[in-house]
Amino acid sequence: MAETEQKSGSSIGSAPTHAIAVDGLTRGRSALRMADETPCLKVQDLNLFYSENQALYGINMVIPARRVTAYIGPSGCGKSTLLRSINRMNDLVDGVRIEGKILLDEQNIYDKAVNVADLRRRVGMVFQKPNPFPKSIYENVAYGLRLQGVKDRRALDEVVERALKSAALWDEVKDRLYDSAFGLSGGQQQRLVIARAIAIEPEVLLLDEPASALDPISTLKIEELIYELKNSYTIVIVTHNMQQAARVSDYTAFMYMGKLIEYGDTNTLFTNPSLKQTEDYITGRYG
Amino acid sequence: METGNLSHHISRQFNEELEAIRNKVLTMGGLVEEQIEHAIAALVSGDVEQAEGVISRDHQVNAYEVAIDEESIHILARRQPAAGDLRLIVAVIKTITDLERIGDQAEKIARMAIHLADMERPKNQYSELQHLGNQVRKMLRGALDAFARMDAEAAVDVAKEDLKVDAEYDGIMRQMITFMMEDPRNVRRTLDTMWSARALERIGDHSRNICEYVIYLVKGKDVRHISLEEMSQLSR
Repeated sequence: MAETEQKSGSSIGSAPTHAIAVDGLTRGRSALRMADETPCLKVQDLNLFYSENQALYGINMVIPARRVTAYIGPSGCGKSTLLRSINRMNDLVDGVRIEGKILLDEQNIYDKAVNVADLRRRVGMVFQKPNPFPKSIYENVAYGLRLQGVKDRRALDEVVERALKSAALWDEVKDRLYDSAFGLSGGQQQRLVIARAIAIEPEVLLLDEPASALDPISTLKIEELIYELKNSYTIVIVTHNMQQAARVSDYTAFMYMGKLIEYGDTNTLFTNPSLKQTEDYITGRYG
Repeated sequence: METGNLSHHISRQFNEELEAIRNKVLTMGGLVEEQIEHAIAALVSGDVEQAEGVISRDHQVNAYEVAIDEESIHILARRQPAAGDLRLIVAVIKTITDLERIGDQAEKIARMAIHLADMERPKNQYSELQHLGNQVRKMLRGALDAFARMDAEAAVDVAKEDLKVDAEYDGIMRQMITFMMEDPRNVRRTLDTMWSARALERIGDHSRNICEYVIYLVKGKDVRHISLEEMSQLSR
């Protein structure tokens, strides 16, 4: 772990030298520490090439379980590519070559033995633009279970209700479960897609710019939802909105030109980043 | 965080806002420094007019505090600053609180100067207060310099001066107690002298606080309520 951190320029684990405890108030301990976390995903020496072009360079990082980890960085820095590597969405792109490992619960997801469909059941994904299926609200959420062969109506009902409640959408749609999903607003559609993703109880939820197409109120609802969901799921989010990363995430990784520049707990990264390059990006300076 | 870092934002307007707020803090600091200087001079020379000038100018110091606070709030609301920019705004908000209190202490000294002007002057012409006053003025100037240059090490050096100020203050206290015991007719004048010394000592404390904010601004480390050794370590 120490080695991993060094490679990625991480500031995690640097304990304050002057911690003083007074009635539960402890100086310098507002920061989360990676050392206290349970690892969920481990990215090890990951290189990714789109034919001849290298898009990711030697990425090393540990993503903790039941926390929100955000990737930030300018367009084209590789953050979405890295996110998509976690459920092997990049396999679908022609000419992609991947070196290194991503371990999910200590198993390399790029192992030949791994069933990709099974992996994607464990690692769900939500995209920038809500993409509900042209079906009813109910069928959208039940879709994954039907694929798995679940036919019992009562079991399906239960899962649909639970997933919609978890996605904070139930109260808004419970009276029109059989209406088309396209009748929902953008924000509702995005929460529906999240409900669909969590209906099959994944371990990890990948969110690629989940709120960038939404108005501020819907965005806050999604952020609130992320806060609720991290009790049950490991969440990795890519966002262009730095304030959003600061609001929702526990850990933040700053990427630039395919490299992981700095990775640390969000409070520290946004108040006192270790590297000037990170500081320049989050404060909107040119290097 | 370095001074040059105030600029280089992609938003030039933001550069200007930060530069403006920093300059206002330094102007306010200069004004407060002058207030101390005049208050001590008025006390030493028994110049009532000068002392009244200090009292009447205190509202300017207060006006700076309010205006800078307001600008800081606007920047927080509109820019949502992060990292060094955020630390600058936090340091500014805290610094001006201490500057305003230093201003109040200068006003207090000016009021003492008016009291003391009516009384018989001591043989030493309040040289002990003048000496202590010079020390704390030097501290405040050092703290403002460290803020202007964003120099954490200089801030530590200035903070260390507070020990000398405290020792000097203790010396004055002992001396004043002796005066009062020698001749009870001195009590009133001596009490006013003690209050003035107390005000100067407080200015030293506030200047030290400003040094702590400078270290926070530059290094991102909170050095309040720790020993000077730890403070030097953290600000390296």
